Amino acid sequence: MELLIAHGATILFYLFAAVVVAGAVGVVALRNPMYGALCLLATFLGVAALFLLRHAEFVGVVQIFVYGGGVMVLFLFVIMLVNLHRLREVRMLASTAPLAAVVAVLLVGMLLWAVVALPGGGAAAGAAGTAALREVAGEELGNSEAVAWVLFRDHLVAFEVASLFLLVAMIGAVVLGRKR
Amino acid sequence: MSLAPIGTGHFLVLGAILFGIGLFGILTRRNLITVLMSVELLLNSANLNLVAFAHERADLTGQVFAVFTIAVAAGEAAVGLGILLALFRLRATTELDRARELEG
Repeated sequence: MELLIAHGATILFYLFAAVVVAGAVGVVALRNPMYGALCLLATFLGVAALFLLRHAEFVGVVQIFVYGGGVMVLFLFVIMLVNLHRLREVRMLASTAPLAAVVAVLLVGMLLWAVVALPGGGAAAGAAGTAALREVAGEELGNSEAVAWVLFRDHLVAFEVASLFLLVAMIGAVVLGRKR
Repeated sequence: MSLAPIGTGHFLVLGAILFGIGLFGILTRRNLITVLMSVELLLNSANLNLVAFAHERADLTGQVFAVFTIAVAAGEAAVGLGILLALFRLRATTELDRARELEG
């Protein structure tokens, strides 16, 4: 029990990291996209929990709403709209799978090498001050308020461009999805 | 028994692994739905790195950037699935190998 309390964050990290990796493997490895979508949901929720562990409460909740809610419903709807019979007869992977595996392993190796080459070998505890993630002008509020200040004060143009992008994406999806 | 405290490196390693799995899915799977789901895995791994660095540097810009990434991912999923529906109407399939020509 003492171990659980002393290493609570560590244990939670490994638990959710296992959920994330298992879900990702499920997405890639399962033949039926419906099962894949449910594995993807597990990955989304695991990533949201990892955001909470890094004191990104707002991003974590947005992750659950947008990914776990919106994107997931979109995927499930389309999977059910598209008739996926005769799935077992087709090959699942492209013929270039071994080459793709080599490419993916090489890329992960390079990324891990870069992590090890970080100052401090990437082992820095990263506790430069979690209070700074909740602070607005020296006053400690909440993470959402702090994010809102940075978002609307420093990145307002990017915010407006993002809203324009979402409008364009919405129109594009409607145009693509309508019946001819 | 003592476990190392969770640092930024742990998140970067997890992000790299997640990116590798997603990349493998994009390169190998023939079903467009699964390819789109693999793209979401890549975007999630990028978000993990952004949030981890925001924590390490005690700078909220990384978290704000992650919110933008989520918005872009939502738009990408909507357009991608719209293309998938259009493809399905045209060819009655979601197999990428059977969509080699871009004819209307």
